[in-house]
Amino acid sequence: MTRLLLLILLLPLGAHAASEAPLDRAPIETTDTASIQRGAQVFVNYCLNCHSAQYMRYNRLTDVGLTEQQIENNLMFAASKVGDTMTVALPAKTAAQWFGVAPPDLTVIARSRGADWLYSYLRGFYRDDARTIGWNNTVFPNVGMPHVLWELQGQQVLEVTEHEGAHGKERVQTLELAQPGTMSPTEYDRLVADLVNYLVYMGEPARAQRMQMGYGVLLGLAVLFVLVYLLKKEYWKDIH
Amino acid sequence: MTRSQALLGWIDERFPLTKLWKEHLAEYYAPKNFNFWYYFGSLALLVLVLQIVTGIFLTMNYKPDAAQAFGSVEYIMRDVPGGWIIRYMHSTGASMFFVVVYLHMFRALLYGSHRKPRELIWVLGVLIYLCLMAEAFFGYLLPWGQMSYWGAQVIVNLFGAVPIIGEDLAVWIRGDYVVSDATLNRFFAFHVIAIPLVLLGLVVAHIIALHETGSNNPDGIEIKKTKDANGRPLDGIPFHPYYTVKDMVGVVVFLAVFSFIIFFAPEMGGYFLEYNNFVPADPLKTPTHIAPVWYFTPFYAMLRAVPAMFGSQFPGVVVMGAAVVILFFLPWLDRSPVKSIRYRGAVYKAALALFVVSFVVLGWLGVKPTDFLGKTGGMDTAVILARLFTAVYFLFFLLMPWYSRIDRTRPEPKRLTH
Repeated sequence: MTRLLLLILLLPLGAHAASEAPLDRAPIETTDTASIQRGAQVFVNYCLNCHSAQYMRYNRLTDVGLTEQQIENNLMFAASKVGDTMTVALPAKTAAQWFGVAPPDLTVIARSRGADWLYSYLRGFYRDDARTIGWNNTVFPNVGMPHVLWELQGQQVLEVTEHEGAHGKERVQTLELAQPGTMSPTEYDRLVADLVNYLVYMGEPARAQRMQMGYGVLLGLAVLFVLVYLLKKEYWKDIH
Repeated sequence: MTRSQALLGWIDERFPLTKLWKEHLAEYYAPKNFNFWYYFGSLALLVLVLQIVTGIFLTMNYKPDAAQAFGSVEYIMRDVPGGWIIRYMHSTGASMFFVVVYLHMFRALLYGSHRKPRELIWVLGVLIYLCLMAEAFFGYLLPWGQMSYWGAQVIVNLFGAVPIIGEDLAVWIRGDYVVSDATLNRFFAFHVIAIPLVLLGLVVAHIIALHETGSNNPDGIEIKKTKDANGRPLDGIPFHPYYTVKDMVGVVVFLAVFSFIIFFAPEMGGYFLEYNNFVPADPLKTPTHIAPVWYFTPFYAMLRAVPAMFGSQFPGVVVMGAAVVILFFLPWLDRSPVKSIRYRGAVYKAALALFVVSFVVLGWLGVKPTDFLGKTGGMDTAVILARLFTAVYFLFFLLMPWYSRIDRTRPEPKRLTH
């Protein structure tokens, strides 16, 4: 009974305690359009071969400061019109045969997974010869996707150590860079952050406009509040 | 006589415009001591209008088709001018409707607004609440995300737990053996026309009944008992302009909260728009954790708290249904000589506090998987808690005839206090 009572008291504290693999915070700034532009470049080069973003139009990228000409010259490889959505030529059925599962559409992936998950996932690949694709992931174990960015990051290996913790034996997973890639770890983290920033933007392109409008609306309502409050006071002054 | 007066006269001979205006606004006398809790009736009306108007605009671009529904919502969010704001208003409005209605119902429990002579207002209100639950349930399938799909699957399967006819009943509701395009189409029909029609009718009846008996107040006494020479309640003031201007203040504050959510936290941490619902519905992939939206979770927790009996989930379904149905009987369960909590004794205050705690804790347990608190004595701790608070929830009602009578009340005043 005491345990139950204690639990009730401590309930709100434990609410977030039961999460799985610890995620790293994605160091992104959603107002940084240069970062989103770089992320878009990474996205069309590395992701858009297998993953579609079928609700995202290329010319929507004018939001982040690109001109339609820049989009056509630098970002459009598969589409013919700047108003097209980001589709892929790879049929879902074929992809499912290759990877065991069809690569999901990425338009709103940041809204379902969250930026931190994506940031950790894209940095969590390691070599695993037990798997046919040769790769595994600490955030998404046995994922069907190979490490597409391996040339940039290099090859990580998984080190598992056991030590005595508060709850008996605890397994700690650490990733070691066994073979460096063309980028330093800092550069790679920066690239992934840009990509995640782009995915967050793509998940909700109206986000920046939404926040901007929000301040105006709240300010307007604050002014309106003063007016209606004074109106109410005026009407009610003779009610006792 | 001016031209506008002449026009009004012309109308009044044919339609009771002035009469309606006077009866429901200018000469509807409301108690002068309404407090914070009395904003939520008019706010519920405001949210209803917001939902209808934004809903109309959403239907202009939404496609009730399993192959296109998810995409059409994204189309609204991206390509329809102003679409995102309309959609967020509608999704936030759904949750805020329940916030406002729960507070509105709690007000009745505080001041005895459901007591004689207002029993029918309460019964109509509970019917509105039922309609609202149906409306929210049908509407939640429409975005066709994973939570939409599997939430609907779970709820429709509850009907499948009914003995003998259950399976056929579930198929009849879905129009298919699983939730599918046929289900989406009919849920769309219910969401945009059938339920809203009933809802509007009930709301009108709720207000007509209210204006027949007059509003209750925080003192829980009848202002109609003390009238002046003209037959007007001494403690009453005309609804218009006094409460129209006062409710405007409430409306602006509400809109500020509403706007804050829409513009800065439309997902509300995954409670108003669940993260998993940004994954398109996949009939072949059951999510590991299915939770309904927050406003249904107290009842969902009750459902899970009841163990299966004779290999059937039916008892849980019955308990969940009873938790809503029992609300209808509230006016007759309360036997206290006073209405307002101001003059009730410690017993009712404690009972009401326990009831609120049980509802909130059940709501919170309903969001989580049953094993998230570990085990106590070989059973999931969360399930033990859910059983405990389900019992408290029901005892609040079932023991009310007894504890409301033995409670040591204080005498009610003759006139309103401040």
